[in-house]
Amino acid sequence: MILRRAQYEAAGRVAAPFLATLEAWQRRLRPRRAPRETPFGPPLESTRKLKELMTAHYYQGRYADGAVPVAWVTSGFPVEILRPLGFHGVYPENHAALCGVRRIVPELSDAAEGDGYSRDLCSYARTDLGCVATGKTPVGRLPRPDLLACCTNICQTVLYWYRALAAHFGVPLVLVDTPYVYGEAKPHHVSYVRAQLEELVAVAEEISGRRMDPDALAEVTRKAKEGSELWGECLATATNRPAPWTGFDGFFHIAPIVTLRGTDACNAYYRQLRDELRDRVSRGIGGLRDERHRLLWDNLPIWFAVREVSTLLASRGFNFVCTSYTNAWAEAGSRVDPADPLGSAGVAYTHVILNQDLRHRQETLARLARDYHVDGAVLHSDRSCKPYSIGQVDLKERLAADLGVRVLLLEADHNDPRAWASEQGDNRITAFMESFA
Amino acid sequence: MSVAAAIGVDAGSTTCKAVAVDAAGRVLARRVEPASPRVEEQAERMVAELRAEVGPAAALGATGYGRKRIRAGLALTEITCHARGAFECMRRPGVLVDVGGQDTKVIRIGSAGEVVDFAMNDKCAAGTGRFLEVILGRLQVPLGAVAEHVRSATRAVPVSSTCTVFAESEVISLVSSGEPLEGIVKGLHQALASRVAALARSAGPGTDVFMSGGVALNLAMVEALSQALARPITVVPEPQLVGALGAALSVMGASRGARPRAV
Repeated sequence: MILRRAQYEAAGRVAAPFLATLEAWQRRLRPRRAPRETPFGPPLESTRKLKELMTAHYYQGRYADGAVPVAWVTSGFPVEILRPLGFHGVYPENHAALCGVRRIVPELSDAAEGDGYSRDLCSYARTDLGCVATGKTPVGRLPRPDLLACCTNICQTVLYWYRALAAHFGVPLVLVDTPYVYGEAKPHHVSYVRAQLEELVAVAEEISGRRMDPDALAEVTRKAKEGSELWGECLATATNRPAPWTGFDGFFHIAPIVTLRGTDACNAYYRQLRDELRDRVSRGIGGLRDERHRLLWDNLPIWFAVREVSTLLASRGFNFVCTSYTNAWAEAGSRVDPADPLGSAGVAYTHVILNQDLRHRQETLARLARDYHVDGAVLHSDRSCKPYSIGQVDLKERLAADLGVRVLLLEADHNDPRAWASEQGDNRITAFMESFA
Repeated sequence: MSVAAAIGVDAGSTTCKAVAVDAAGRVLARRVEPASPRVEEQAERMVAELRAEVGPAAALGATGYGRKRIRAGLALTEITCHARGAFECMRRPGVLVDVGGQDTKVIRIGSAGEVVDFAMNDKCAAGTGRFLEVILGRLQVPLGAVAEHVRSATRAVPVSSTCTVFAESEVISLVSSGEPLEGIVKGLHQALASRVAALARSAGPGTDVFMSGGVALNLAMVEALSQALARPITVVPEPQLVGALGAALSVMGASRGARPRAV
């Protein structure tokens, strides 16, 4: 146990920074290629730091089990509560997205489908279940969980997905069930969620063998709130013309606020990113060399085709300056209160965008469209994410009628390239762009 | 005789169309052929034939899935070109339903001929001309006899439209069960029409509905769609050529320095 803990600490504090330094030196020694013709602006300096941060997180994770308690958590789970108890958090959704970017989802999904899971199941779930079945991962190894922590504020699929994981690993599953919100959550909804969070604390204390320190919980909550606000400040820089980055950059830079929320490393990173973005704004440096049109993106990214789609759009000066997806992690912070960590977590995590009614979605999209001065929107109708995709036909009509925004409904999938027809997708996006001329 | 000002080629999934137009946008000559996998060669030959017929036209515009393979002055999507071509013919805003070989497009055309909005079938050809082509072929009903079959049917035999392949086996099963051929053919038209109508739901009351694409030549289909949408449908003249016409008009506008109206 002591040796394992030493390995875990050394992996995070020594080996990961050493590997990052080595990689930086290798990069410097590599012969410089002539710059390619690109519609994008100069790359963000912070991207290197992002890679270091996420590499260190996953590298340290290889040595986590047996050293510290490990929790696998859904993206909308109040992970702040687990941090003071020393848990190492693993986010199967974030990891699945990484698999999507690396284009290994079909083989992982095949494995899950071979075990009897339907292809109609969310492609994140299939990716994760495929990883569990085969052990294949681009990060070397995922630590075995001691606890599965699932919150239904993003969808109901996670409940059945995590039940399957619980059966596989034979570890406790804590479920935080969040009632769907119409307007504002009722007091009894909030107290219901709070009661579940208190149960979570009890289970997590037992697994970790530690008692919850209220001061430490308040401090983590404060950091999580600050991190969320810093992320919001990063996003807000794109209200400027030109936007200093692209919405697709945002899809990648979201990783720390999802996986490292409530940590110093997360907040330090977003301070650096925010300062760089503000500096680009002051110098007029855009995410695109020539930003002619500003778009809103709704729903998850198409992880395996982010580069393809963004390059096609950028080639004609179209930039995604805001997305409802990245915005969701900036909004959560406003309801978090370090003076009442459990109560405010109950409120904040019940009011995430996917747990609120369509009117809220419509108002959020309209506000983003106005604040970021967009003239078009792409609503990604995501085959894998029904809660995010339902209602988009109505949202499309409202955005067009109320704000005069041109809207494209683009059918794809966030992680499974087999559900994406590249040529047809290209054709629809091109026709959409032509309609702006 | 007018001088050809531009040529438009629409290299679609099922057929390849080419038209030559004069400076006023009138069609001087046209070609329609089954699509060849060698898009470049086919387009070059068709363009050469048109030039031999109406004289050298300076500008060449391309559209359709094969447009990237054609050496043209301007390449635009078929959505933009269909809107452009249909507006030229109809001279008023409306909703254009284009049912082609493997694509069904519903395009809302604004008062200046611009594309306001569009919707297309996705990943499945069940709502397209291919649906009828496959199943009518299986039933050995020639396209020329379709209208007569539908007219003489006393009732429509319901056929699902979820999947062309499954519908084919369903139809064979219906024939085996002794259902009348005419009723099945009518049922096929209604199935396709309901699928297309679902895409065209954005056409508000009072909006003119136009139809283009090869399937618009099938009057029984026009009638079925009209019933499904509960409103009259105007077929754009020479409906199969609308995309190619739009491509020719767009390149002509671009070469004159004006922006193509619909793009």
